[in-house]
Amino acid sequence: MSVTKDDVKKVARLSRIAVDEGRLEDLAGELNGILNWIEQLNEVDISDVEPMTSVVEASLPMRDDLVTDGDKVGDVLANAPKSEDGFFIVPRSVE
Amino acid sequence: MSELTQLTLAAALDGLEKKTFSSRELTEAFIGAVETANPQLNAYVVQTPEKALEMADASDTRRAKDEAGKLDGAPLGIKDLYCTRGVRTTACSAILGEFTPPYESTVTQNLWDEGAVMLGKLNMDEFAMGSSNETSAFGSVANPWRRNDGANATLTPGGSSGGSAAAVAADLCLGATASDTGGSIRQPAAFTGTVGIKPTYGRASRYGMVAFASSLDQAGPIAKTVEDAAILLEVMCSHDEKDSTSLPVETPDWRSDVSKPINGMKIGIPKEYRIDGMPEEIEALWQQGIAWLKAEGAEIVDVSLPHTKYALPAYYIVAPAEASSNLARYDGMRYGARVDGEDLTATYQGTRGDGFGAEVQRRLMIGTYVLSSGYYDAYYLRAQKVRTKILQDFQNVFTEVDALLTPATPSAAFAYGERSDDPVAMYLNDVFTVTANLAGLPGISVPAALDGQGLPLGLQVIGKALDEAACFKVGAAIERAAGFSAKPDKWW
Repeated sequence: MSVTKDDVKKVARLSRIAVDEGRLEDLAGELNGILNWIEQLNEVDISDVEPMTSVVEASLPMRDDLVTDGDKVGDVLANAPKSEDGFFIVPRSVE
Repeated sequence: MSELTQLTLAAALDGLEKKTFSSRELTEAFIGAVETANPQLNAYVVQTPEKALEMADASDTRRAKDEAGKLDGAPLGIKDLYCTRGVRTTACSAILGEFTPPYESTVTQNLWDEGAVMLGKLNMDEFAMGSSNETSAFGSVANPWRRNDGANATLTPGGSSGGSAAAVAADLCLGATASDTGGSIRQPAAFTGTVGIKPTYGRASRYGMVAFASSLDQAGPIAKTVEDAAILLEVMCSHDEKDSTSLPVETPDWRSDVSKPINGMKIGIPKEYRIDGMPEEIEALWQQGIAWLKAEGAEIVDVSLPHTKYALPAYYIVAPAEASSNLARYDGMRYGARVDGEDLTATYQGTRGDGFGAEVQRRLMIGTYVLSSGYYDAYYLRAQKVRTKILQDFQNVFTEVDALLTPATPSAAFAYGERSDDPVAMYLNDVFTVTANLAGLPGISVPAALDGQGLPLGLQVIGKALDEAACFKVGAAIERAAGFSAKPDKWW
């Protein structure tokens, strides 16, 4: 399985990363290098093996569904690139 | 008062307790040292001298009232991965811009609750992705150590916690927080003659730590001695309801383990850690370590961890996959730097194209690829199953031994530019450390010798789950036997 320039373009789009056309070739080479190296995992017999979840047996804790925090509009917006009247300003997403 | 900065954390706490000096005096000494050194070393990306002095004065007031905490008045450096309220936190990525958290990470809150003083934020590889500190948006860190060949090449302090390691090695803080996803505490510690420990996954809360790969990330300290590392780790670890993977377990008194004997302990030597092309000096150091532990009364047992060679390739599926999911949050909408485009998608792509560095982009694309439709089972699920095999290897050997001794890194610190062109060659730096992340086990790196070029080398001790005590005991035994007291010649 070999990654092509078109595959890199597709992955870059899925990753929402703008990549210059000129970098696609190099990136394809780098990704192929890494993916070929990863292929060696196919040597391992993983039949009847469960995927790893945690080293110490633990179950996810449950808690009551209660509001414990809030009324922090100022904190939430403090780092916004753009905000107005208690809202984030974002690019138009519906025409 | 430069001699104050050379104290160990334990000695400094002792001096504060006896009122030999105040936290203000100690903190002023460190602020001066950082101001002088940082233009050369670039260990700190944010310095907070005013906040430090305020915290130091508050500490002196508490000491006067006999209300001191475990770290009261001790100036520390904080890896830029930990959210610190009101102090810029960017994980050394341009995409976070001037992000200033309105909240505090649990690990750092634990430190402040015990009276520690913050000197500033420490440089690191962008989002902790790197083994040389070269991927930081704020430029690389210079290792305080240089080769003894007179060429004065700038060496890497390792990564991703390169700023933490360099700051501790150059006496720019008493100790530092760090984090370890594939070796990011232990490898830089080994490269700088310092001690670094990654505890069992779940010991420390990940709340407020900028996420890289959530099933692997774990907090830990870099310190001057094994005892200092124990003092820091005890405070950093806690059960935290804000992190659902935080284990509901008590944090033991690790400081007392440091002085305990190791006679009768069984130490495993995994044969798979003898890798092709490993320098003779690393092998010799390992043999020396075995001899030291034997002399201290430990029994040495040869063991096998047959799936070791698959650890790094598994890591380079799991970590990028989890990163691609975690870093999806950086969209330029709610915080960080935004690059406006003609529409929403162009804004996302421009923000992430400009904001992420090359290594982060490479890993996000690998992660996206291995998680993309039709590939999940072939890559991520397979890698998670290989992880189980790696954990089973450890569980098998831990039925007969108490801990494992390995080299910490396959080489000493390298010069900038020597490794960076081939990503896979760079990834091999973590070949001895990454297994403990995949299996969730504790591992400590302890400086043990200088190589022929005058650079420090480290040995690693891997313990059973929740048995950091064994890491501290055996690590301290190595420290005692090695008598490692070398410091880098001050050139900064």
